[in-house]
Amino acid sequence: MTSTVAQGGRPGGEPASSRHAGGVPGGGSARLAAALWRRAWLRATLTLTPPLAWFLVIYLASLVVMLVTAFWSVNPFTNTLVHTWTLSNFRQLFTSTYLIIIGRTVGMAALVTVTDAVLAFPFAYYMARLASNRGRQLLFTAVLLPLWASYIARVYAWIVILQKGGTLSWSFQKLGLGAVNIGYTNTAMWLVFSYIWLPFMIVPVYAALERIPDSLLEASGDLGAHNWRTLRSVLLPLALPGVVAGSIFTFSLTLGDFITPLLVGGANSNFIGNVIYSNLGTAGNLPFAAALAVVPIVIMVFYLLGARLLGAFESL
Amino acid sequence: MRIWTRGGALFAAASAIVLIAGCGSSGGSASSGTSGGGGATQGLTPPQAGTAVPASVGQTEGHLNLIAWEGYAQPQWVKPFQQATGCQVSTKYAGSSSEMVSLMANGGGGQYDLVSASGDADLRLIYGGDVKPININLMPSWKNFHPFLQSPPFNTIGGKHYGISLQFGPNVLLYSKSAFPSAPTSWSVLYNKKYAGQVTVPNNPIQIADAALYLSKTQPGLGITDPYELTQSQFNAAVNLLKQQKPLIKKYWDLASQEISLFSSGTTVVGAAWPYQTNTLVADHQKVADTIPAQGATGWADTWMLATKAPHPNCAYKWMQWATTPKVQAQQAVYFGETPANKLACPIMDQIQKGSCAAYHANAPESYYQTIKFWKTPLAQCGNGKNDCVPFQQWVSAWTQITG
Repeated sequence: MTSTVAQGGRPGGEPASSRHAGGVPGGGSARLAAALWRRAWLRATLTLTPPLAWFLVIYLASLVVMLVTAFWSVNPFTNTLVHTWTLSNFRQLFTSTYLIIIGRTVGMAALVTVTDAVLAFPFAYYMARLASNRGRQLLFTAVLLPLWASYIARVYAWIVILQKGGTLSWSFQKLGLGAVNIGYTNTAMWLVFSYIWLPFMIVPVYAALERIPDSLLEASGDLGAHNWRTLRSVLLPLALPGVVAGSIFTFSLTLGDFITPLLVGGANSNFIGNVIYSNLGTAGNLPFAAALAVVPIVIMVFYLLGARLLGAFESL
Repeated sequence: MRIWTRGGALFAAASAIVLIAGCGSSGGSASSGTSGGGGATQGLTPPQAGTAVPASVGQTEGHLNLIAWEGYAQPQWVKPFQQATGCQVSTKYAGSSSEMVSLMANGGGGQYDLVSASGDADLRLIYGGDVKPININLMPSWKNFHPFLQSPPFNTIGGKHYGISLQFGPNVLLYSKSAFPSAPTSWSVLYNKKYAGQVTVPNNPIQIADAALYLSKTQPGLGITDPYELTQSQFNAAVNLLKQQKPLIKKYWDLASQEISLFSSGTTVVGAAWPYQTNTLVADHQKVADTIPAQGATGWADTWMLATKAPHPNCAYKWMQWATTPKVQAQQAVYFGETPANKLACPIMDQIQKGSCAAYHANAPESYYQTIKFWKTPLAQCGNGKNDCVPFQQWVSAWTQITG
């Protein structure tokens, strides 16, 4: 909590002289700095107000407005909001149509998370413990490089790879494995999601593995544990918070996505986000869209509580 | 991407409506003299119906503010207009019909002059009093329009023109020539199990109207007369048809580019499309063609409408004149991939891009256009003042059920 802001907007000013400026007759800014220095509470208030106000007004207030809207309805004749309290939007959520869509979204998010964890662990392990300095830098660049390209461009690239007669099918045929046609299916979605969010898993897992002291692994070996036993009893438990932290990203990012289902999904690929989008943009049914938007929020609250129990926030 | 914007515009359009329903109860049967506009508007008079129209175009004001679909105010025809009239054009692009309607609130707010509204927004703007009648005699190109676009019910009420038609397009049946040696004559191919996994249709609730149009011809017992005005039982029949169709669908497309790649890769062989997709595929030497089957087709049509509080009405009149001249009509049609209202645009389209006039059916006989049911937003209030039709909101939730 530095007081750069409180020092009259003079970052890199001279804190030492300010500190002694109490009785020195000087410019207004010096007096102000002195006053602020004497009153720690004022300094803290001034420093914290902008981010807190931002958080309260922009973030929480908009969430509250959305939550309130979810209890309203829309007049079918005029399409205007009806401000009477009703649970009908939430009741509608529990019909099979929407339960299937919610189930598909959560299932895909879980599957992508597991896939990414399995892929990321050995990769991060190599990066953190085996690779040379130079190798590690190269690998880090390789992991982060895709993030420089636009999300849409990367998804489109996968359409080209996966579609009928695309790169994947062509390669399989050349290898004599027969044609594969998984474009526009949920399998395609799973592949694309796993690819897109993989960096968000690798980085926290790497951070967790890197923090494990070599001495623990040596001790494990000295005590007669084989590699497998060391992995299971030492590495995995210590890396778990990193995996869970990464899973927060992969899970929540998949849960809220609607562009990948739209671009690479097939006939059975609606996500929660797609239904929210069509209710907002096409139907103008804000209350139902709001009710539906509560679902991922509730899911994430439980997910984050679980993650906290597993110590995920220690490695963030 | 501009085509996607367009798609959002057209189909995603329309958070439904309507002052119409509100006016319906108060306006009542006292008012008279309205005609056209369909059942939903019977017995109502637009608030601006009595507003006087100018007898001639006066001194231009030097500025013009448009609300338009992206691609509707391109430099190639805006720059010459600015030079010729001295009206500096500022354009606000809208992403959907709903956005257009909200931008036009309060008669354009004294800020906007013209809006390139689609058929589904037109009636909302007219009955909301946000647009006012124009003097069609000041539009020299108007007499060269396709007759069905001169005074269409979606922009002309009681003989008053609330703007001038601009461009339109049908939703056609696109097919692969290798799967169909001769053109299919019925939309039934979209519901035929033979093509399971090889069908694609737009991911949009308005597809229910396409199913209803098909049922209106194949099951006359349902009594469907207008695919946008469906009673609950008619609506259910259309939804059931689409649920049976679902196992055949490879993908519900959201972007024109998706359908193009589905057809060029051979993933799908038949689907519902716009002429734009067909022409792009044909230009890429793909063996595809499109047709309007015997049951007819749905389609869209846009209108330049004059804001009630337009601050620069003379520049606005100049723009409407300019936008409907054959050359500008042709430029816009070729640029955007749609059909011009002005019949004289045809030869110029061919000059710009060989064969484009025929490709976009700009020279088709009048009977061709009569097969198109132009898009409008489904309202609860349909023919005969009854309120027993299914409103658009329910179309959206039914569509979610279908595509699940």
